[in-house]
Amino acid sequence: MSFTSILSIALGAILVENFILVKFLGICPFMGVSKKMDTALGMGLAVIFVMGLASIFCWLVNEYLLVPLGLAYMQTVAYILVIAALVQFVEMFLHKTVPTLYEALGIYLPLITTNCAVLGVALLNTQNGYNFIESVVYGITGGIGFTVAIVLFASVRERLEFAEYPEAFEGFPIALVSAGLISLAFMGFSGLRVW
Amino acid sequence: MNTTNIINAILVLGIMGGVFGLVLAIASKVFAVEVDPRQEQILSILPGANCGGCGFPGCAGYAAAVVAGTAPMNACAAGGAECAAKIAAIMGVEAAEVERCVALVRCSGGPNAARKYEYLGIRDCLAASRLPGGGSLECQYGCLGLGSCVAACKFGAISVTDGLAHVDHDKCVGCLACIEACPKKVIVKVPYSADIVVACSSHEKGASLRKKCNIGCIGCKICEKACPHDAIHVVDNLASIDYSKCISCGICAQKCPRKLIKDTRLNREHDVEVSEVGASA
Repeated sequence: MSFTSILSIALGAILVENFILVKFLGICPFMGVSKKMDTALGMGLAVIFVMGLASIFCWLVNEYLLVPLGLAYMQTVAYILVIAALVQFVEMFLHKTVPTLYEALGIYLPLITTNCAVLGVALLNTQNGYNFIESVVYGITGGIGFTVAIVLFASVRERLEFAEYPEAFEGFPIALVSAGLISLAFMGFSGLRVW
Repeated sequence: MNTTNIINAILVLGIMGGVFGLVLAIASKVFAVEVDPRQEQILSILPGANCGGCGFPGCAGYAAAVVAGTAPMNACAAGGAECAAKIAAIMGVEAAEVERCVALVRCSGGPNAARKYEYLGIRDCLAASRLPGGGSLECQYGCLGLGSCVAACKFGAISVTDGLAHVDHDKCVGCLACIEACPKKVIVKVPYSADIVVACSSHEKGASLRKKCNIGCIGCKICEKACPHDAIHVVDNLASIDYSKCISCGICAQKCPRKLIKDTRLNREHDVEVSEVGASA
């Protein structure tokens, strides 16, 4: 494990293999909470937070519970359990101790309890055989990648409000078309690599 | 078939689930946040439109502020006096009377106002008013009629006809969201009981205004002289009514040479006639 490998993981998670635009995970909040820039940013921050925590706890559960007992095939079920419990716990904890952070993230936290991007990051950590630090980096930068994508998309949708397009495209259809175009643009990063 | 594997899986996941459940149950007690039951009650009484007219983020924010004692009980314009009385009953005090207020578009321009050019841009008043010259109207005070207030109104009380916004005072709840939305500041708050209104906001001098608008206030002071109760005055080239003195006699509306002081009672009757004719035709 070196600095370059960490950098390469981070770059991969943010640009080259962006969770939303390249892996197509977490599309539900991407379409649902992207109408305004500030809600998109709040959602993004919540995802960074939860993906980071989920990476930590799922790695621990996998390494010290599932693998020693020969239950690695139960990862998906176990991770869903861990993530759901974790998010619920964090929500209660924040509500009591850090009300300001709860106000900012509170409404988004339950939305991502069973988000596939969060589950995806935990499963990919195991599949790629990342160690603890690599897992945490992948989780947090994956969340940053999510934030970059959703904020970019929200700014596009804000401009779509004033754009002229055929009536049949009103609402979701035009949003899906623009999401596809942004996704195509992100495909351009696919050759990028850190040596 | 390896049964220990199955038992292992059941045990590990069962125990994990049990432990998480227990932790969450304990956490919900330890980190419980007490919410005043009155907050829920107030929220159920409020109209729930989340219009923001009270100055708080939505009805829930207002309910929390009332319980905390930082907001007055009669701040909900949409709910009116009835709502204030119910909130007061929950909080256990007498309610202060709220005077119902409505929004008024202080412009009669529309087709009467001269335009510098035909505006074909984004259908939004803010966008139009940001253009050099402040929009397509010659008059810098007038209603642009692109309907930003219509979009802001959650109660369907505003409509735009002939390039001029119009507020239906019976639908208007006085949340005043339209006032914030109007870049020209042409919408103002008036008491619902106000029968006589000045439908112009121009502070321009009469001579130059005449070239820009067929109907705007030229500050001739005929209303001021005609008023028997000293309730209307021309200030800075624009007539304005002091509603504490106005008795709604309607003399100023009759005398106004530009017909911009309007008696809304007449207007309502007129509207009825028009709609009846439209229905029979």
